[in-house]
Amino acid sequence: MPEPVISITGLRKTYGDNEAVRGIDLEVNAGEVFAFLGPNGAGKTTTVEILEGYRKRSGGEVAVLGEDPERAGRGWRERIGIVLQSCRLDPYLTVRESLQLYAGYYSAPRPIDEVVELVGLGDKADARTGKLSGGQQRRLDVGMALVGDPDLLFLDEPTTGFDPSARRQAWDAIAGLRELGKTVFLTTHYMDEAQRLADRVAIIARGEIVARGTPADLGDRQTQATTISYRGPEGEVSLDTTTPVQALHELTAKALAEGFDLEGLEVKRPTLEDVYLELTAEVAE
Amino acid sequence: MSSVALVAHQFRFDQKAFWRNPASVFFTVMFPVILLLIFATVFGDQTIGVSGGIEATTYYVPAIITLSVISSTMQSLAMSLTIARDDGRLKRGRGTPMPAWVFIAGRVGNSVVTALIMLALLAAIGRVLYSVPFPWGHLPELLATLVIGAASFSCLGIALTAAIPSQDAAAPIVNALLLPLYFLSGIFIPDDELPSGVIDFANHFPVRPFFEAFFAAYIPTGGSGIEWGNLAVVAAWGLAGLVLAIRFFRWTPRGG
Repeated sequence: MPEPVISITGLRKTYGDNEAVRGIDLEVNAGEVFAFLGPNGAGKTTTVEILEGYRKRSGGEVAVLGEDPERAGRGWRERIGIVLQSCRLDPYLTVRESLQLYAGYYSAPRPIDEVVELVGLGDKADARTGKLSGGQQRRLDVGMALVGDPDLLFLDEPTTGFDPSARRQAWDAIAGLRELGKTVFLTTHYMDEAQRLADRVAIIARGEIVARGTPADLGDRQTQATTISYRGPEGEVSLDTTTPVQALHELTAKALAEGFDLEGLEVKRPTLEDVYLELTAEVAE
Repeated sequence: MSSVALVAHQFRFDQKAFWRNPASVFFTVMFPVILLLIFATVFGDQTIGVSGGIEATTYYVPAIITLSVISSTMQSLAMSLTIARDDGRLKRGRGTPMPAWVFIAGRVGNSVVTALIMLALLAAIGRVLYSVPFPWGHLPELLATLVIGAASFSCLGIALTAAIPSQDAAAPIVNALLLPLYFLSGIFIPDDELPSGVIDFANHFPVRPFFEAFFAAYIPTGGSGIEWGNLAVVAAWGLAGLVLAIRFFRWTPRGG
């Protein structure tokens, strides 16, 4: 088993009396897209900025690409790419020039034209960055993080505040990173973003991890109660069951035998959103 | 890339962005030119009681070059670094393998080169329009004075950035510091009209000593052309700025 790209044990961060991160453990493996999902103020940015080497931790152990981010040097920075939560570009440089500027910082950058194509800005290469739309700027942010050809990319809330089309554009650029074999650590407070982009998800609330898993089985979604609801002779009925196949079979058999209808019959499993709201609400109390 | 090549790389893009930015071109390049034309037009026929009496145009050419050196270094750096910091551009840069000093060196290089361009531009205007001779005989002293001044005011500009909370506050803070000093130091109002107490006061700040040193290099008065005493005061201010910049300069926006 190769060593994980990111390994966190008992990470804590306090600001004065406020404990922003309260002992989290995480591992991210090579080539996976990992989403760190949580509401605003949950500790996502604090955690990702500790991993990026911007902030010092108060406790715990952190290894990113085998090094402690607080002490890592230029060689380590060659191997990571960062998309900050909010960051503008020099509005007077073009897309190509911005990428050339950053390419110069790295010893083995990717070819500029290739990066421009990867993030889908081929027709904007000579446009000033000040003239780009929000979605285009975000794609350029991804390009700037990618131009050094890093092994690991950090994306901190890459689509917060975007309209649906800009989000889709940013998502396409992020999905492209997986095809390049990059490891991606993504923070987000959008469930659909985590669901769409990530291989694995950890949910953080109030500085603690409250659930982790693949988007499909997060929070034991596979085994949680299924809700069956319908309108029968006795009115509105809603029942929770962990054996939905048997329950439905009995219900429909009864309806057929007794000759009544099951109006508005619905069978619902909890959505990721239900799980997320439940998990983050529990901790908030 | 070697460190020197990396500084040159950074400098090349800083120059591009500088000349494409209408605000920097206006305030750093056009504004001093306009000031020189206005002062020369308004006071052109007067004689100023300095160095045994010189024409006002002869006085204002080195005065406005002094202003433009300060404006292309201290003022320009304090503004542009504050904006880059608030935009998150400095923070993004710190996430790359580029060493911090390379970024600063590129920016300071940009400022010093702009100051040299302004020297050439204003000196040419002075020579062509107002027949103010360029001090070719004192060129090494002139350039040494300018470079010491430009480097010192660059350090002060970077240090000042740490005291500017946000980009909205950058212009008011920089102007509130520099405009009064320009008036008190003889840049706008000639020496012979200023009470000696005012000049004594201004001598404690870096603008007046730099102006005196630059004036002595530009206008031949029989001296060596280099005023080590005044330059030492300027350099001391620059050094203090450097220490404060190293201690307090922030790469991240407030709250980020």
